[in-house]
Amino acid sequence: MKRFLGFVKKEFLHIFRDYRTLFILFGIPAAQILIFGYAVSTDIKNAGVAILDMSHDEITEKLTDKIISSGFFRKTETLLNYNDIDRIFKKGKTKAVIIFEHDFGKKLISEGKSSLSIIADGSEPNTATLVTNYTTAIVNNFTADLAGPTLNNSLRISPEVKMLYNPELKSHFMFVPGVVTLILILICALMTSVTITREKEFGTMEVLLVSPLRPIQIILGKVMPYFILSFINVLLILVLSWLVFGLPVKGSLILLLAECMLYIMMSLTLGILISTVSSNMQQAIFISLVGLMLPTVLLSGFIFPIENMPKIYDYVSSILPPRYFIVIIKNIMIKGTGLMYIWKETLILIVMTVVFIGLSVRNFKIRLE
Amino acid sequence: MGKTKESIMSNPGQKNIIQDKVITVNNLVKKFGNFVANDNLNFEVYAGEIFGFLGANGAGKTTTIRILSGLSKPTSGEVSVAGFDAYTQTEQIKRNIGYMCQKFSLYEDLTVKENIILYGGIYGMSKSLIKRRLSELLAKLHFQEYENRMISDLPLGLRQKLAFSVAILHEPKIVFLDEPTGGVDPITRRQFWESIYETASIGITVFVTTHYMDEAEYCDRISIMNDGRIVALDTPDNLKKQYDAKTVEEVFIKIARP
Repeated sequence: MKRFLGFVKKEFLHIFRDYRTLFILFGIPAAQILIFGYAVSTDIKNAGVAILDMSHDEITEKLTDKIISSGFFRKTETLLNYNDIDRIFKKGKTKAVIIFEHDFGKKLISEGKSSLSIIADGSEPNTATLVTNYTTAIVNNFTADLAGPTLNNSLRISPEVKMLYNPELKSHFMFVPGVVTLILILICALMTSVTITREKEFGTMEVLLVSPLRPIQIILGKVMPYFILSFINVLLILVLSWLVFGLPVKGSLILLLAECMLYIMMSLTLGILISTVSSNMQQAIFISLVGLMLPTVLLSGFIFPIENMPKIYDYVSSILPPRYFIVIIKNIMIKGTGLMYIWKETLILIVMTVVFIGLSVRNFKIRLE
Repeated sequence: MGKTKESIMSNPGQKNIIQDKVITVNNLVKKFGNFVANDNLNFEVYAGEIFGFLGANGAGKTTTIRILSGLSKPTSGEVSVAGFDAYTQTEQIKRNIGYMCQKFSLYEDLTVKENIILYGGIYGMSKSLIKRRLSELLAKLHFQEYENRMISDLPLGLRQKLAFSVAILHEPKIVFLDEPTGGVDPITRRQFWESIYETASIGITVFVTTHYMDEAEYCDRISIMNDGRIVALDTPDNLKKQYDAKTVEEVFIKIARP
């Protein structure tokens, strides 16, 4: 045990003396969370809208108030006629113009329908889509309130869209679990595979193998520090996303941390497996980055929904551990579900961990022979 | 150093009292599938001897060293290292040997002191013993001012000396040196051989592989391997006589490339 602890201490020294390792361990996760949270934000906040109200009745004014007070929009101008539309878009501050037809309120009451146009600035397609979607949602909401339960279908706009769990479609809700998933597998697998191949490359692995340390102690000693540091990392990311984005953990925090530990362990064993098949550090880095980062970003359901993919990608993604962890972490953090609903994914991760350990041991033995 | 060397060199055959044999290899065979890496090896190494283990690349030296150091098990034959069996007692073998390879085996981002504490700890030495050895070692190598320096800051020659000292820190019965002087300048090599003699003189057996034939001349006995077999085993002088050669290099070339 004493031998083992000395060995673990040495591994910590390696990590703390190498500022690059430290940066990758702690700098990148923080940066990722902030970048994904802010820069790649798909939310809108205070987007400029202009109103062209041909009707000026009670209903249009109420609806206008509702849109402006939603927090997503801010009124840039009140227009007087159609000719102003082009001018105000060219100024650039306005992302959309909302136009109420003549006798909007009267028609709505008497005929049960009236129309409203949303003209968005298509030169920014993402914002335009978001703005129209948000507006539509607000209008639907307003209509429902106005009509009450008896009168459906009073205002014909697009079908009602309801966003459960993330009603405002906050993108942090999507990105934080995704980033945790990506960061953990990248760091754990990359770091362990690099640190083990480094020993091989420098010839120190030979010496360790010849020493009375058992191979299992060597491997455990090498991954233990990364296990601890990755776990600290998880805590850091959770605290950061709570402080900066107000993202709560709805489910059990203990369950979440336990699942994170499982996922960290899985990633570490994957890293060990990578190290047994790569002969130098470059190779290990290459396999970890190309083999893990791209598939995780593209195919795990982190950004693009798996349901929309062609079947073949669905199959490919089913062998990616992140796919299952994303489901787990989203369920716990956002929906607040318990183990009952995620036991399948948890079991798959456990099986994967066992398989990776088995393969690594086999490869390791072959190498020793 | 001279004394030990002389006594063994003059009468290696007479030192075959059982306690004095630190390595005994009888009919060692190691196969990888159909490939025979070690084909019926027979040799003995005596305590305090400098045993040169020569052979061209791919002759099977590395396989033998791996077996002798407990990393790999023989296919058949009897192998005993430091009195322990290579099939069943690899743990004890590992405790009683030291190992140093061409790549030095020190951690560059740790200090001299940290490396020594690490390896001492791995070999189960007590803290006080490590501390004592550390100061002895530093004094002997005139290393005191380097105690807290990173290995990466040391010149190559010093690193190599230190790596060797670390390999014998736990006072093993045998130390395996796998091409320890690869890529090192002649002066450093010479100094390194001085420390090898010193080590042998305190009774630690040195088992060394090398590609430098002038180094082979420094060994008490050398064995030359070819295609998995030991084709020659004697003192450098006897071999030169036997093969009618002026240097070990000539002997080597005559044997390895017939």
